[in-house]
Amino acid sequence: MAEKILLTGNEAIGEGAIQAGCQFYAGYPITPQNEITAYMAKRMLELNRVFIQAESELAAINMVFGASAAGVRALTSSSSPGISLKQEGISYIAGCQLPAVIVNVMRGGPGLGNIAPAQSDYFQATRSGGHGDYYSIVLAPSSVQEAFEFMKLAFDLADKYRNPVIILADGMLGQMMEPLEVTSYKLQVISKKQKLITHNSSLITKEWTLTGCKGRKPNIIRSLYLAEGVLEKLNLRLQKKYKAIQQKEQRHESLNLSDAKVILVAYGTMARIAKSAVKRLRDKGKKIGLIRPITLWPFPNNIFRRLAMSNKRLTFLVIEMSYGQMLEDVRLSLNGRAKVEFFGRAGGGIPTEEEIIKKLEVISDKL
Amino acid sequence: MSKITINQDKCKGCLLCVNFCPKALIVKKDKLNKRGLNYVEFKDNGECLACMMCAVICPDCCIEVYK
Amino acid sequence: MQKIFSHPKSLRNISTHYCPGCGHGIVHRLIAEVVDELGIREKVIAVCPVGCAVIAYDYWDFDCSEAAHGRALAVATAIKRVRPENIVFTYQGDGDLAAIGTNETIHAANRGENLTTIFINNAVYGMTGGQMAPTTLLKQKTATTPKGRDAKYHGYPLKISEMLAILPAVKYIERVSLHSPQEVIKTKKAIKQAFQNQIDNLGFSLVEVLSPCPTYWGLTPKDSLDWIKEVMVKEFPLGRLK
Repeated sequence: MAEKILLTGNEAIGEGAIQAGCQFYAGYPITPQNEITAYMAKRMLELNRVFIQAESELAAINMVFGASAAGVRALTSSSSPGISLKQEGISYIAGCQLPAVIVNVMRGGPGLGNIAPAQSDYFQATRSGGHGDYYSIVLAPSSVQEAFEFMKLAFDLADKYRNPVIILADGMLGQMMEPLEVTSYKLQVISKKQKLITHNSSLITKEWTLTGCKGRKPNIIRSLYLAEGVLEKLNLRLQKKYKAIQQKEQRHESLNLSDAKVILVAYGTMARIAKSAVKRLRDKGKKIGLIRPITLWPFPNNIFRRLAMSNKRLTFLVIEMSYGQMLEDVRLSLNGRAKVEFFGRAGGGIPTEEEIIKKLEVISDKL
Repeated sequence: MSKITINQDKCKGCLLCVNFCPKALIVKKDKLNKRGLNYVEFKDNGECLACMMCAVICPDCCIEVYK
Repeated sequence: MQKIFSHPKSLRNISTHYCPGCGHGIVHRLIAEVVDELGIREKVIAVCPVGCAVIAYDYWDFDCSEAAHGRALAVATAIKRVRPENIVFTYQGDGDLAAIGTNETIHAANRGENLTTIFINNAVYGMTGGQMAPTTLLKQKTATTPKGRDAKYHGYPLKISEMLAILPAVKYIERVSLHSPQEVIKTKKAIKQAFQNQIDNLGFSLVEVLSPCPTYWGLTPKDSLDWIKEVMVKEFPLGRLK
């Protein structure tokens, strides 16, 4: 019987990373994710793993680069303005094909903004916020349980694809407390070439990492390729990887779709509020459904395309704590085959159940 | 009888070895190597001291010294 | 006859892209010699800069990583913390270490990370076409100081080594030069000391090397060495600072 404890989302993220075998954490304080940094400071030291309070978010992401190059599961966390600082580092991580997990507990922006929750960094996360043609895998937890479990998923995907993975949470999820079922994970061996060596907790040795060139040719971690055509070849390899991720790793949750005429689309904390609205309207006999994307990149296009190709005339209502970022992916997915409406608030404003229901009433009247 | 060998393909003609040889045993050639640079040549007349100044200052690690 | 000076094993025997008379070639070789003499080739992990030496990993025959401009010491900090048994060093120019990377430099030094840093100071930004560096001398003409560096607009040459020397966690700082074979030998000694310090777990060690950039100083290789000897050394005195 698994243990149930009460934890905040931030702490659950921390403990999830610990359980997933995170060996290195570097971070800089920024509200509303300071609890992650403090939690990791305590737990990593308890387990004799590496914790560094870095001098900036910039330094922290570059430390994650180094730790990952040295072969360990490495994590950094921050909130919107700090994640902006990390974009250069994430681009390098993507270019060098290093596994890494980055947590963004989103807050109001732009600029210094405020410390209230927001979902205004969707573009930054899903459209390679740094320079170059790359993608980070983006996971959006919607509960403290998912905040915990997605850490293992994030590290597994990062290792599997040698890619950065972003956990896109927000200040509400970070601060709220819910019961969490904690399970301990055994660290997986990812491929035949990798072997598990025991060192403190566990270090996976991968054939491409920097460990000192004993017994093999030297390894080089690089993303600079000046010779004619070489960088293009790397980019083609990356694109192939991204296609594979798009085919295999889409994840979403759906609710009440079979007879729905209007489908809400929301992720993270927003999906919780949207679910309440769906329930209230279903109780009144309204045919409302919900799709909750779990992977924001790869965006769960398949479910949208399937619905769009069906004969029903569907309307989608996208709800975000932003002014319409995921909205664009929903539109792209549906490709003009269904109506798409939007309701959003940002800058710390959070759409309420009542506002959603009111918007749905307006839409229903038009149907 | 000490001597040096010079990898003339790697030589870039910076002439630092020419400048620092206490016996002036290294000279610039008017010929060009594969990279289009004037390389240097060692005068093997038995006067080499194996002081290694040339090898130490060479930025391209072209020189090996025998004593 | 005995071979008394050979091409070091840890340096690949290939032509480099560096200009004739560039100091990088000398210091790359010195590091390779030190790595071979200390027997640490299989333990060494280098973190390369952004600058002319951005592809130093093509020349050294041991594990190397690139780093974003200025971030080498953050990358190296993490590698060393996670693999303390490895010997981790950074190789950085004046822009990497003392302009864009100043924050990472100061904090890695202040934390006393057990790292070795080789700082190549050639008073100019070579790779990008000869712009002013933090260590450019007053009156020195560069691409961005066409009339010469003027303290009123550009400040003074930055003495980053002197600044780091006041930090208690910094264990060794020495400024050396490449302006003659004798000085090159002293440079090698300092580099060896900086690596030995890491092997002995002593703490943060930095060697600043005054290095020639004939191309952007507009001088011949020999005149560049003389300029270091007669002008640069007056601004950046040689010797052990910590």
